Amino acid sequence: MWTDYLIYIFLGIGLTFNGLGSIGLLRFPDVYTRLHAATKATTFGSIFTSLGVVTWAFTQLYLTGSYANLSLALHTIIAIAALILTNPVGAHAIARAAHRSGVLPKYAVVDRLEEVKK
Amino acid sequence: MLAFIITTAATFVVYLVLTAGSGEFLMFWSPEEIIMGLFLSVIVGAIARHYLCMSKNYRMLNPKRWLLFIVYGFGPFFLAMAKANIDVAYRVITGKIRPGIVKIDPKLKTDYGVTFLANSITLTPGTLSVDVDEANALYIHWINVPEGEEKKEYADIKKVCGSFAEWARRVAE
Repeated sequence: MWTDYLIYIFLGIGLTFNGLGSIGLLRFPDVYTRLHAATKATTFGSIFTSLGVVTWAFTQLYLTGSYANLSLALHTIIAIAALILTNPVGAHAIARAAHRSGVLPKYAVVDRLEEVKK
Repeated sequence: MLAFIITTAATFVVYLVLTAGSGEFLMFWSPEEIIMGLFLSVIVGAIARHYLCMSKNYRMLNPKRWLLFIVYGFGPFFLAMAKANIDVAYRVITGKIRPGIVKIDPKLKTDYGVTFLANSITLTPGTLSVDVDEANALYIHWINVPEGEEKKEYADIKKVCGSFAEWARRVAE
């Protein structure tokens, strides 16, 4: 089926961005910039790997007509929605907790939050 | 009462999506599954009505807002997210960063609007929401602060998050 190529493209994009997110964890200097790499890139990458699964499930549904594939696709879509809704909240909580416990951003040109706390 | 109905309906819809493909009734569901789903969602609604929908504000029931939300999710939000990831990829490879925490005042009034905007900001180009104060001003960690932007009291909303503040107002307020 032609959707095979679509699945390869989705998996390629997803793995590229997940890999870049992990490399960003090693390369960035402090906790906030690392959170940038860890949340944005991995959310985006995981959306695309999950879209690969959805495409595969709908292809199988079309080819075999078995409803198990429909529930696989729907469950993956729900997982994507949960990921998009919860990942930024987790990042926000980590950043806020880090700033509250006194971790300052390295090389920062401005820090309005620190000025307010004083 | 309205909180109970909303919670039950939302739970029932999620139950139906999770169990689609279980039988032949209406193409997808078996009758047992529907009855059990109704029973369970009434229980969940009865327990959760004391904790959910506390604001007594039901403007999100308006289908026009759902439509706007879907348009936002697939249009500007997805584009900004793709741009954000290419931007992060560029910064990972070259290591050019100029970080800083800036303050913006989006002039949103409701909690839902602020949550919506903060989540959008975290997932889009080079910004991460760190804190929010009582006046609904957001503190944003910006990975690449443009020259001159660090001297202002409130950073330029257009530069931080594009048109997201207007979208948050349109969808959530």
